[in-house]
Amino acid sequence: MTREIKYFEALREAQAQCLESDRDVVVMGLGVPGPTGVFGTTKNLVDDYGPDRVLDMPSSENAMTGMLLGASSNGMRPIMVHMRVDFAVLAMEPLVNQAAKWHYMYGGKMRAPLTVRMIIGQGWGQGPQHSQALQAWFAHIPGLKVIMPTTAHDAKGMLISAVRDDAPVISIEHRWLYGISGVVPEEMYETPIGKARVMRPGKDVTIVAASYASLLALRAAEMLADAGIDAEVLDLRTITPLDRESIVASVRKTGRLVVADTGTAEFGISAEIVCAAVEGASESLKSAPHRVGLPSVPTPTSPALSEHFYPRAINIAEAAAATLGAKVQFTEPETGTWHDVPDPSFTGPY
Amino acid sequence: MTPKAAIGGNTRPEVDIRRELYRSMLRTRRVEEAIVDRYAEQEMRCPVHICIGQEAPPTGISAHLQKQDHVYSAHRSHGHYLAKGGDMPAMIAEIYGKSDGCADGKGGSQHLIDLDAGFICSAPILASTISVGVGDAWAARRRGEDRVIVIYFGDGSTEEGAFHEALNFAGVNKLPIIFVCENNLFSVHTLLETRQPENQTVRRLGPPNGMESFDGDGNDVEEVWRLAEHAVNKARNGGGPTLLEFHTYRWMEHCGPLDDTHLGYRSAEELENWKARCPVDTYRDRLIEDGSVDRAWLDAEENTLRKEIEAAFTAAKNSPFPDAEELFRHVYPE
Ligand SMILES: Cc1ncc(C[n+]2csc(CCOP(=O)(O)OP(=O)(O)O)c2C)c(N)n1
Ligand SMILES: [Mg+2]
Repeated sequence: MTREIKYFEALREAQAQCLESDRDVVVMGLGVPGPTGVFGTTKNLVDDYGPDRVLDMPSSENAMTGMLLGASSNGMRPIMVHMRVDFAVLAMEPLVNQAAKWHYMYGGKMRAPLTVRMIIGQGWGQGPQHSQALQAWFAHIPGLKVIMPTTAHDAKGMLISAVRDDAPVISIEHRWLYGISGVVPEEMYETPIGKARVMRPGKDVTIVAASYASLLALRAAEMLADAGIDAEVLDLRTITPLDRESIVASVRKTGRLVVADTGTAEFGISAEIVCAAVEGASESLKSAPHRVGLPSVPTPTSPALSEHFYPRAINIAEAAAATLGAKVQFTEPETGTWHDVPDPSFTGPY
Repeated sequence: MTPKAAIGGNTRPEVDIRRELYRSMLRTRRVEEAIVDRYAEQEMRCPVHICIGQEAPPTGISAHLQKQDHVYSAHRSHGHYLAKGGDMPAMIAEIYGKSDGCADGKGGSQHLIDLDAGFICSAPILASTISVGVGDAWAARRRGEDRVIVIYFGDGSTEEGAFHEALNFAGVNKLPIIFVCENNLFSVHTLLETRQPENQTVRRLGPPNGMESFDGDGNDVEEVWRLAEHAVNKARNGGGPTLLEFHTYRWMEHCGPLDDTHLGYRSAEELENWKARCPVDTYRDRLIEDGSVDRAWLDAEENTLRKEIEAAFTAAKNSPFPDAEELFRHVYPE
């Protein structure tokens, strides 16, 4: 099978197949049955599965999340969609205090098979309240699973796994992945939650990354290859439960570690990954790990500032070279425009 | 509860106020059109929520506000900012992401601010600023400061719990607030009937939360002006909050400079019907008819505005981008 589709189409296909195969699956969120269908990911699903199963909602993220928790603990398998991670912040109470804890707190008698999709905005002045990448928040809560698929293949397979999972699963999708194509089987399949994947094998340095940062890491690996450095890129795919084994195995092999994340570096998921490496492979580490993430400032809106806010592939390459003590001058091709769009065809707004 | 008909009856504002109302609506309209015309140049690199069609509510309300009064807004804030006297060139520079912007380029269109003008904030998280405005009123009362607070929000925001919670607190404490819902029938592409009970108004939520409420034609600036006069005076005189709902309509796409009738969630015909009720043009015609203005006055106004707006865009384009170091400033107060 070599059919290629885009990431957003893979998400749509996953939801269509879940709706098709399980009567208890519903998809709900602001604009879900609407004409643009959450950046295409739910477009026209309502035509095939009807307005009872593909639903809009009032702007009531808090109550609607609790509502779907109630539905999920009574037999349904809802998928909730937020156009921005920032909007899901209004739903933290039912997710964090309730859904995450129900199975444990009720002695295993309750299940909340709820899937919550949320999208990270970036660029075109998304600014402080439309761009937050809060994976570390959710990963910090025992009882929640957090996935961040990078490829179209995993976007489909992991969303299907999430819907079938009996635990609440938070799926964090980076908007800049949506237009990227990959080989995606037509049939329904699961990509397991909790397993990282080596995207590019290498022996000199390990770059652990997730989501859009994994693509940057791959680009960095190419730059490093030009400089004679052989980087391994480990795509986490799942944040929690964290695949510590794969991290440790890779660091044991290379002895060096860089972590790249789309979120704020400080107190972010990179800290946990470095910790996993130190705890599991300290004897193999030949140099201090480096990390690449966002500085501890809110997202600025002006392109002149966001230009310096978001890390790029070159920053990951530099960090990797630094772990080797290598002095390399990396250069990035000039794009002639701001780096605030996923590709030049993009003309805003979101 | 005062019946709506008793609010000023059919009293009309004096001629100079009529002119001011018209001038203010026209200014917002022309500024928004200028953004729409230039957006494709790709220099305004942030989301813009255009308020064309909805100029009357902020205009009629601001006519009763004083400088020390405070205004809170959400994502569709340009009209609220301009009507309260927000610095227009600073708004345009902000949308261009420049250092002369009202938030130093850090906020963009979705985070306008002008403290000198009493425009306190705008934020694109639904209902988020409503409770903040309530806290402003509460602090003003405690500190013995004399101001009223106006809080603008859309129909969609009224579905958030925070809206109801804030209303309740304001009602319990009889705070000097005018809650203003601009009901334009849509939340992005979602129709009102998908989100709220049929044949209901937002206005209905006033009394159970301990406050008077009215709804009115949001495309008739004088109706807004009359209702606002009652609500603002009441707030100023210790009579507590009022919930005002204005029925109006957004002309452009939810976010961005284009027409969106091709999406099918509303018809071109519906849009045309609302355009026929344009708050700016219908008022102009009325003022010509009743002799409040003449052609020469209108032409002079257009001329002045054109120059003012042209100058603001030129200044915004010429304004420098913020320096890279600006990225790290203001995380904490120094
Ligand atoms: C908490 C939250 N949920 C969702 C959104 C996405 N969103 C932005 S504007 C908007 C529509 C709001 O409708 P309304 O309040 O009626 O204002 P209008 O756009 O019609 O002026 C939505 C759903 C948001 N900004 N914040
Ligand atoms: Mg609305």
